[in-house]
Amino acid sequence: MCGLGYKTNMEQQTASQIQQQQTAGEEFEPKIEAFVCTYCTYTAADMAGSQRLQYPPTVRIVKYLCTGKVEIVHILKAFEAGADAVFVGG
Amino acid sequence: MITFKLNGREVVAQEGQTILEVARQYNVNIPTLCYHRALSPAGACRLCTVEVYDGRRTRLVTSCNYPVWRDMEVRTDSERVVTGRRMILELLLARCPDVKVLQELAREYGIEQPRFRPETNDCILCGLCTRMCEERMGVSAISLTGRGVELEVDTPFHLHSEVCRTCGACVSVCPTGHIKLEDICARKPQVIPSEFNRGMGPRKPINIPFAQATPNVAQIDPETCVHLNTGACGVCQEVCGPGAINFDQKDEIIEVDAGAVILATGFETFDARLKPEYGYGRYSNVITSIEYERILSAGGPFKGHIQRPSDAKEPKKIAWIQCVGSRDASLGCEYCSYVCCMYATKQAMISREHDREIEPTVFYIDMRAPGKGFERYYNRARTTGGVRYVRSMISRVLENPQTHNLDLAYVDESGEIQSETFDMVILSVGLRPDPAFLELAKNLGIELNRFGFCESQPLDTVSTSRPGIFACGVIQSPKGIPSSVLQGSSAAGAATSLLAEARGTLVKEKAYPKERDITEEEPRIGVFLCDCGINIAGTIDVGEVTEYVKTLPHVVFAHEYLFTCSTDSQVDMKAMIEEYQLNRVVVASCSPRTHEPLFQDTIREAGLNKYLFEMANVRDQGSWVHTFDPERATSKAKDLVRMAVARAERLHPLYEFPFDVIQKGLVVGGGLAGLTSAFTLAEQGFETCLVEQSDQLGGNARTLYYTEDGARPAEYVQKLINKVEAHPLITVYTRAEVKNYSGHLGEFKSTVSVNGKTEEISYGAVIVATGGTEYQPTEYLCGQNDHVITQKEIERRIVFDPDSLKEVRDLVMIQCVGCMDEEHPYCSRVCCTTAVKNSLKLKELNPEINVYVLYRDMRTFAFMELSYKKAREQGVRFLRYFLRQKPEVAEVDGRLQVKVFDQNLRGEVILEPDLLVLSAAIRPNPRSKQVADVFKLPLDQDGFFAEAHLKLRPVDFANAGIFLCGLAHMPKFADEAIAQAKAAASRASTVLSEKQMYVGGTVATVDATKCAICLTCVRTCPYNVPKVDEEEGVIKIDAAACQGCGNCATACPRGAIEVGHSTDEQFVAKICALY
Repeated sequence: MCGLGYKTNMEQQTASQIQQQQTAGEEFEPKIEAFVCTYCTYTAADMAGSQRLQYPPTVRIVKYLCTGKVEIVHILKAFEAGADAVFVGG
Repeated sequence: MITFKLNGREVVAQEGQTILEVARQYNVNIPTLCYHRALSPAGACRLCTVEVYDGRRTRLVTSCNYPVWRDMEVRTDSERVVTGRRMILELLLARCPDVKVLQELAREYGIEQPRFRPETNDCILCGLCTRMCEERMGVSAISLTGRGVELEVDTPFHLHSEVCRTCGACVSVCPTGHIKLEDICARKPQVIPSEFNRGMGPRKPINIPFAQATPNVAQIDPETCVHLNTGACGVCQEVCGPGAINFDQKDEIIEVDAGAVILATGFETFDARLKPEYGYGRYSNVITSIEYERILSAGGPFKGHIQRPSDAKEPKKIAWIQCVGSRDASLGCEYCSYVCCMYATKQAMISREHDREIEPTVFYIDMRAPGKGFERYYNRARTTGGVRYVRSMISRVLENPQTHNLDLAYVDESGEIQSETFDMVILSVGLRPDPAFLELAKNLGIELNRFGFCESQPLDTVSTSRPGIFACGVIQSPKGIPSSVLQGSSAAGAATSLLAEARGTLVKEKAYPKERDITEEEPRIGVFLCDCGINIAGTIDVGEVTEYVKTLPHVVFAHEYLFTCSTDSQVDMKAMIEEYQLNRVVVASCSPRTHEPLFQDTIREAGLNKYLFEMANVRDQGSWVHTFDPERATSKAKDLVRMAVARAERLHPLYEFPFDVIQKGLVVGGGLAGLTSAFTLAEQGFETCLVEQSDQLGGNARTLYYTEDGARPAEYVQKLINKVEAHPLITVYTRAEVKNYSGHLGEFKSTVSVNGKTEEISYGAVIVATGGTEYQPTEYLCGQNDHVITQKEIERRIVFDPDSLKEVRDLVMIQCVGCMDEEHPYCSRVCCTTAVKNSLKLKELNPEINVYVLYRDMRTFAFMELSYKKAREQGVRFLRYFLRQKPEVAEVDGRLQVKVFDQNLRGEVILEPDLLVLSAAIRPNPRSKQVADVFKLPLDQDGFFAEAHLKLRPVDFANAGIFLCGLAHMPKFADEAIAQAKAAASRASTVLSEKQMYVGGTVATVDATKCAICLTCVRTCPYNVPKVDEEEGVIKIDAAACQGCGNCATACPRGAIEVGHSTDEQFVAKICALY
């Protein structure tokens, strides 16, 4: 019961961006914005920390009490702010 | 105090500090190879060389042993320094080309290949090992010997050292891996086996025993600690930042005045070496189930990778042998350990999840899956799960000494002897009380049974032989997690019943100062940044982040702390809130999950509302996960703090408001469980309403005349009815039904119809105990032939009409009637024991009687196994049948005829019984559905109530303030129903004992001017909280019932709903500050 899962259909866009970047000769590292539920995904992210599991620092996590509170506008704002992908974990 | 310049920046240091120490304090990185905080500096590697200017000239000095002095100017990264370091590194790398730390440092300094001839050494002569051995351990087993190019670390005369203590400190400090204990020491170094990983992995003398240990702090093992044994070492004390190490701590004897004692000392597993035929301890690939549990665990010795101990290869064929140390008279443990069938099934299933190639086989006697959902799980394992079950007891395991594979011989279902080879064998070891418990029990003067478990009173499983002492968990009898959890609550309930008068008398309430009104103030944000020792500062440049934070809008204070959570930092935080008149506080440290309440409490103590607080998780989601990328970790930390500050700016104070708890309970259902709950609540001093739908209290227990362990539930429940009816705090409604319910935890209201009239009641918590019924069979000629009856009827005849049974010569019982089939794939738990109990009584009445029990798996778990054994000894015949070959019952020439294919004899048996007794299933009370609808409670597939969590919350519902017990939950024994009823009462009393509760804060509120009553929120809310207020024409969300999830706010098409502390403004501000 950890809220609703929103699907962010970013795969195509990300793929095209990767292509663009690759042609430009840079390694593309997507900025991923994660909107997560306190009870499950946030706890899992903390556990990843305590087990020292490494992931790229381009991942930013925003904690929600429940991902049921993730509004469409939040996702859009994240893209506007410069995110390449939004991940909702709940 | 000394001030001097470090890389052009003014810094402050203490007299006597070295340049390196000060530099590290200020997060200036100086590479070192031979430096260790706990050792005297040697200046041996020269890598820490820095440039010092004294006003006249510059000199190169080693920073690790050069003390600071006033007005000196230090440069740690000048060209001269870097050139010098590069040369040192080049020389070291030429000497030791394969050493990883050197390769990394060289890469950092842009050296690809040293210009000098490479050697093959791996010792950089830093001397850490020799200094550690001499200075800290006081041994000097090794020293730097030889001169010039022959200098090396060695023992005197190149001989194995006699004085070496094998402590391994030299190995632990060696930066290159050159030091090997085997070269130094005459003794063979032994690893300290990890107790938690069952010896399959090592542990250190200082360790946190396991990830969930409570308290979760490190401990020093006095057996292996060098300091505690010799007085040497003590390195930990110098390395520990907060100074938490205290070697003088001693075991203390603490005296506690207590009104009741609860024993919950747990179990240990059977020592598998006592079954030498299985080769445990001799064959490395024969392990116990507990060891395998550790292997499966991601936190286990192999990080969840399934491998066999002998050669670390992935096993393909794994065998489980059941009942090792259970159901075994030769070892004096005739009881069944209850949990092994299911844990073996679980382990087999998880193994297949890890690796689809694994072929698990479980060798068992009877598959016992009598818990909730167990039978379904077992069926899944057997059918789609790929787990093979073979009903055969393995008599011995033989190892192939070359391959370490294991040969097992067994008799298959067709009677053939088969031989099969497995890669690994897991022994499903049984449960027994911890040996230390036997000693404790002796001291407490409580009685134990012959297996060492606590002797409890019949029907009162948490009692012991001594009043005031209660027992729960496996020390009472073998049991699984849900039973242990509910027995824990039950024991707590029994203890608090004794102590009801003293409740709350020792509680001290904490007082907070009046909250400052900040509504007119501009945001003044204070940011407290934590180093967490080196946990954060080791990766993230906290100083840099602090400087950055100071540039953010509204930030009036930012400071770096070694530990923000330490007591002195908390005192400082309060002082800074006062001094800078802060009205928002941000802490950049670890996870809010663990530390938010602490900081919120601190700001409350400083007069701020606790919702004016925000945290940036720069450790668990920062330094710990970006360890090897300090630069970008630092930049991410800046982002995270910026986001937190942006949100903090928009935080508002929120107020929780108190309401008076209605200290009154409601119990729905007046059977054994409901009566017990009501009586327990009343004994705790709470008024209780008991609502029973029929005209009589007592339920099924009234026809339960005796149990296998000598209790008499029918008599017990009659006495209980009398006590309940006479209790001044209990109101009993019979022929009554709860019609509706509203409100929330602590404050519920219902209408009860009693005999056609209605009555309004209010209460703070409710216990659902609607019970179950015996299934009325239609199969096996039941209802058509008078000689086909159910267990309930035979029990009645045994008690009230024993003479009618004296003439019966042959009696057949059929088990699993109406359950364990496709339509009802659950086990009714009690029928096997009931059949055994009634068979024994029949044998007692008429020793000549022939009793045949046709069964699927005998599920006489725990001590009920003893009755099953006794029945076999007395000549009761047990015939096993398969679901696909159910017995056939017919009437032939006026006599009953039962045809069954006996799996044990492997042939058809025809019986002509005088009486056929059906063990009919337990069904939930048909009224459960109505109660579920009224209280909006979930039911499972079989119609029993679905608790909040199958294992961990067996008496709670997900809906706060509603609890569950008895047959309404699942089929169970009378003593189990009583234990659960007491547990439910105990859980309810945690609500009812509160005079006041607080609600509000992080909850949804509706803006009445925007609300169009479209009911979207009503449909969306998973907790059914939004309600239409018809008078005012708006939606009302009850603050006490709202969980704050915000689903309604997101769904609301007009944006009329806002959730406190989770407003859109706050989230958008945070998200806009992302990059």
